[in-house]
Amino acid sequence: MKLRLPNTRLTTEYVQDTALFRSWTARTGIALCALAWLVAPLVLPEYWATVLVYAGIAAIGALGLNLLTGFTGQVSLGHAAFYGIGAYSAAVFAERFGLPFPFWLIAAAAVGGMVGGLTGPFALRLRGNYLVIVSLGLLVLGQHVFENWTSVTGGLTGRTVRAPVVLGPFNAGSLVLFGTRLTRSQGYLYFVWAVVTVLALAARNIVRTRPGRALQAIRDRDLAAEVIGVSQVHYKVGAFVVSSGYAACAGAIYASYARFVSPLDFSLFLSIQFTAMIVVGGIGTIHGSILGALFLTLLPRAIESVSGSLPFVSQDGSGAGLTVQSLNQAMFGLLIICFLLFEPLGIAEVWRRIARYFKAWPFTY
Amino acid sequence: MSDLLQYLVAGLSLGSIYALICLGFVIIYRATGVVNFAQGGLVLLGAYLTHQLAGVWHLPFLLAMGIAALVMAGVGLLIERLILRRMVGQPVFASILITLGLLYVLEQICTTIWGYDLVMLGDSWGVRTVTLGALVVKVADLWTLATSAAALLAFFLMFRFTTVGIAMRAAASDPEAALAHGVSPRVVQGVAWAVAGVLAVLAGVFIAAGPRGIDLTVGLVSLRAFPAAILGGLDSTEGAVAGGLTVGLAEVLSAAYITPNAPWLGANVHTVMPYLLMIVVLMVKPYGLFGTAEVRRA
Repeated sequence: MKLRLPNTRLTTEYVQDTALFRSWTARTGIALCALAWLVAPLVLPEYWATVLVYAGIAAIGALGLNLLTGFTGQVSLGHAAFYGIGAYSAAVFAERFGLPFPFWLIAAAAVGGMVGGLTGPFALRLRGNYLVIVSLGLLVLGQHVFENWTSVTGGLTGRTVRAPVVLGPFNAGSLVLFGTRLTRSQGYLYFVWAVVTVLALAARNIVRTRPGRALQAIRDRDLAAEVIGVSQVHYKVGAFVVSSGYAACAGAIYASYARFVSPLDFSLFLSIQFTAMIVVGGIGTIHGSILGALFLTLLPRAIESVSGSLPFVSQDGSGAGLTVQSLNQAMFGLLIICFLLFEPLGIAEVWRRIARYFKAWPFTY
Repeated sequence: MSDLLQYLVAGLSLGSIYALICLGFVIIYRATGVVNFAQGGLVLLGAYLTHQLAGVWHLPFLLAMGIAALVMAGVGLLIERLILRRMVGQPVFASILITLGLLYVLEQICTTIWGYDLVMLGDSWGVRTVTLGALVVKVADLWTLATSAAALLAFFLMFRFTTVGIAMRAAASDPEAALAHGVSPRVVQGVAWAVAGVLAVLAGVFIAAGPRGIDLTVGLVSLRAFPAAILGGLDSTEGAVAGGLTVGLAEVLSAAYITPNAPWLGANVHTVMPYLLMIVVLMVKPYGLFGTAEVRRA
């Protein structure tokens, strides 16, 4: 790891160190974000509203993965499987059991969390490289179930999902605000980012209190953590439960918004995307997960919209030549490599460095 | 009975392909302590290069394989020099993620150059078979078995008798002591990646040989070699062979006997069999059948 310069902010009390928002910049940042959340759905064109909904869904998944990988140090490629479990659970709970809105979401997250808890024994028994490959195995098993349990998942052809987000007068599908009816994407934009906020605060609260300190102790050296009384059974399994719960929640909202899911949506590439998000955004930071999700969801769209004027991108979808899809997949790979080589702490660290520069200006340090 | 024999030969042939891929994992793991997820990408690139040389430019097949092996050794060296060398001393998970990123970059390089459609390898074996008693064996399978056996023998001899091989063993067992004895970790890592590149060509060629052809799924086959490597233990050459053969047999036999008898498990249950086997074994032996348990200190 690179040398970390001390923060310019001086903390003298433990309470300051565990505060929810540690500086006035953080508090203004949050206020600006809240403002953006209120205004953005009303002014953005439909296409970008859709993109931002998917970015929010990705942010929820990335938050979960960051709790597991960034704070507990357990690399997992199985995240896509839990996302899929969430999506199918939402479909089953909302359609077959007819549960109303908040309940199908909670039930889906709970199912994801429970299945995540079942992977606990692997996490306790295996470490590092071995755990990564077992998580890959779990993803493959999950995909096999998605493809073959046709009565629930519809098999390879996929299934439609009807899981409306309706709570009293609030209907994300057709929200009426000041007398105007918003589009589906605009309504979901409000809803998804509200969920992101709640879950990000929850994650921040986990991280800044005792459980979070325990997770970080396990990440830094698990044996030492155990010696000073951090129960690995408790916290490692707990991390898997919470992280898969987040993934399942993201999957459930995805199913509700997209209204159609197929096993192809939950492939290894999705796990790689989540991994790229936390690496690019900032491993071991809460806002980094959200930044990474935003960046990596917007980037492919940006590439798509300029691809017409890029000479090396071929427009025809078949045969050889660099297609937009290839470019996007390669971009995820390249971003992971470049960030880990040159900026291992991600965008969050770039942001910190810029903020520090201006705080100390005109002095360099 | 002859059916079973037939399956056993097919299983062993598939298993020795897995063993070749696993050897690629093992050699890099022993030199650097990192599982190389990019091996699948190298396998794919190696197969496509051979296709380009033999199928498109019509070079003699063995010459084409030789040139492809040389090029891939260079690619391996380049990856080590440009990327992985910078990761020495960084957390292991960062290196794992980097190799995962590499996998996607290599895959997309292949699709950009050769497209998504199935192309033929241009090998000289084709669909020819030989009859041994009651058995009908594909010529390509015989070559696979013979080449893997030769590669394995070469491995054992290299680790036992050559200076580089002994240096690699030393670096694997105690990097600092090896350094103190003048073993250069750079040379060791470079050689490991170059050898992994050569192994990738062999594996790629044998996966794609005959009627199979090459497309992106050739790279996915290598993902199924992970359970094999884990089963044997990531740092053990004999484990790679044992794991590869076990997984190959398990896959072929479950395709032959489980799928017809238990259709509710899904038509492609054989593709998840390696992973199931791996998970069961790891619950009993967390470092694989032949792997060395890691010593941990607080």
